[in-house]
Amino acid sequence: MDFTETIIEAISTLTLNKLRTGLATLGIVIGIGSVIALVSLGQAAQKAVASQIQSLGSNLLTVSPGAQSAGFVRGAAGGSTTLTFEDAKALKDSPQVATVKNVSPEFSRRTQVTTGRKNTNTQILGIIPSYAEVRKISLTAGVFIGDKDVQSMGKVAVLGPQVVNDLFGEGANPVGQSVRINSQSFRIIGVTVSKGGTGFLNQDDIVFVPLTTAQKLLFGADYVTEAQNENVMTQAQDEVGYLLLARHKLRDPSQADFTIFSQNDILGAASQVTGTFTALLSGIAAISLLVGGIGIMNIMLVTVTERTREIGLRKALGAKKKVVITQFLIESIILTFAGGVIGMAVGIAASFIIASFINLPFTLSAQSVLLAIGVSGAIGVIFGWYPARKAANLQPIEALRYE
Amino acid sequence: MIQVSHVSKIYKNDSVETVALADVSFEIKKGEFVAIMGPSGSGKSTLMHILGALDTPTSGTYILDGENISKLKDDELADIRNRKIGFVFQAFNLLPRTPALKNVALPMVYAGVPKEERLTKAQKLLEMVGLGDRLNHTPSQLSGGQQQRVAIARSLAMNPSILLPDEPTGNIATVQAEEIMAIFQKLNDEGHTIVMITHEPNIAEHAKRVIHLRDGKIVNDGNNHKQRRVKR
Repeated sequence: MDFTETIIEAISTLTLNKLRTGLATLGIVIGIGSVIALVSLGQAAQKAVASQIQSLGSNLLTVSPGAQSAGFVRGAAGGSTTLTFEDAKALKDSPQVATVKNVSPEFSRRTQVTTGRKNTNTQILGIIPSYAEVRKISLTAGVFIGDKDVQSMGKVAVLGPQVVNDLFGEGANPVGQSVRINSQSFRIIGVTVSKGGTGFLNQDDIVFVPLTTAQKLLFGADYVTEAQNENVMTQAQDEVGYLLLARHKLRDPSQADFTIFSQNDILGAASQVTGTFTALLSGIAAISLLVGGIGIMNIMLVTVTERTREIGLRKALGAKKKVVITQFLIESIILTFAGGVIGMAVGIAASFIIASFINLPFTLSAQSVLLAIGVSGAIGVIFGWYPARKAANLQPIEALRYE
Repeated sequence: MIQVSHVSKIYKNDSVETVALADVSFEIKKGEFVAIMGPSGSGKSTLMHILGALDTPTSGTYILDGENISKLKDDELADIRNRKIGFVFQAFNLLPRTPALKNVALPMVYAGVPKEERLTKAQKLLEMVGLGDRLNHTPSQLSGGQQQRVAIARSLAMNPSILLPDEPTGNIATVQAEEIMAIFQKLNDEGHTIVMITHEPNIAEHAKRVIHLRDGKIVNDGNNHKQRRVKR
């Protein structure tokens, strides 16, 4: 019997008992569906986090005060004052540091911002004008903080769109009005363009003030340095490290009183976290796939028992073991394969719907589709093997006599 | 054609040994019509299983068409059954919900005969047993006699060396049973070798030779000079 005939025969056998076939397939549908949905949502989350981090600039190095590891006792990053404005100037101007294009010292704290009527808790970021270039900030209204504001410790602020929404209402133009930060009045000179993001990565819920002003309000400083391009990141990281070690009169890099991150370090850590979550969720989904597989095996065993006489007859008429095994394996593979294809459609639909609900980009990798098809076929073989072998090993005499 | 010499079959169940066949020897030549008779428990079913290559003897040899098949493996036996044996069972054993044409073609499927050829031959065989107008009927749409005729057509699909009807009329009304026996006699006249298992004397008398079994031994083996011919 050629292959297409065997398949046609198997399909017509399976359609004889539609309810049972449907229920057996449902287990695989749910299993494959949940694996596909969770993997594609996980990948979407990973992509979203990566693109948010990358939108901060892929050629950025962040230098924070505080040691990389100083035993158990460690000040909060930004809590110590080991980095100064002079360090930042040196990084920008030193001939030893050739790969750094720009330096933007910054200082941030969360605090309360009020207009008198409304208030919000947001991030205050002390910066110098080059920040706008390094971080690729643009404005919807007004102007950004200028050199004059930094020199004069001007009490001026540029607001993120989220803060404008919270304090002045959606779409308002607050330029010229003032807000109070830590009981001091700041004049609003500009509003930034929305960059998106959520939670701790929300780049819209922010208030920019001149660095010198921020340092006067609170203490400590972070630096962001911008390498010339993404290819010299490691070199830039080394140059910045050595210069700061020299300026701080430290010989051993392990004593460093600052920490340098590149965006890639952060990206790596973040995608590792989301990757772990994806793996965990897929693992749980895989368990339901396993249960589905056991369901298939159960149905195939019932089928073999029910069709004992038929198997006996086929063997009496000359069917060899291999032929019987093939017949039953193909039936179970068709069951799981159909389940896999339907499950894939269900999974894709589910992840599409969920992704659009929680504002994630919808992603579908060819990998997960191939995986679903491969896995469902493999389940058919693995869980169909034992029932098929059982059928093939039936003795024709006993099978013919079976009532 | 068939040489059975000193064949014994002993079933072991836990510690109890049951002798189903004890040192049975006989020969059957091409073109014979033999009935193997005996009460239940006489070993005639066991003999039929061995003759049909469904089982192998515990000792002794069984030579079919010059080929010793008493020590073959499962798949080799399947091949012998496919090419050389034409089974007709008491319970018909047709595939349910499957048209007569496909049932008759089934042995040819396992022999690897191409589809067109299979269906052409199956149709010819069904026409030969008088079911040319029932090609696409499933077993449940056919009477017992008609089902058995489909089974006979199937047994002829591979031009086997021997036909092996096992109580072929056991489940059929008397009138139809006569028709079935007429078909066997006609096939025998055309040269087919038939070894029929039965416990009914009035069925056995259609054969040319009758072998009587009792307690696993041959008690009588002789020509049936009064073979009853069914008039057609």
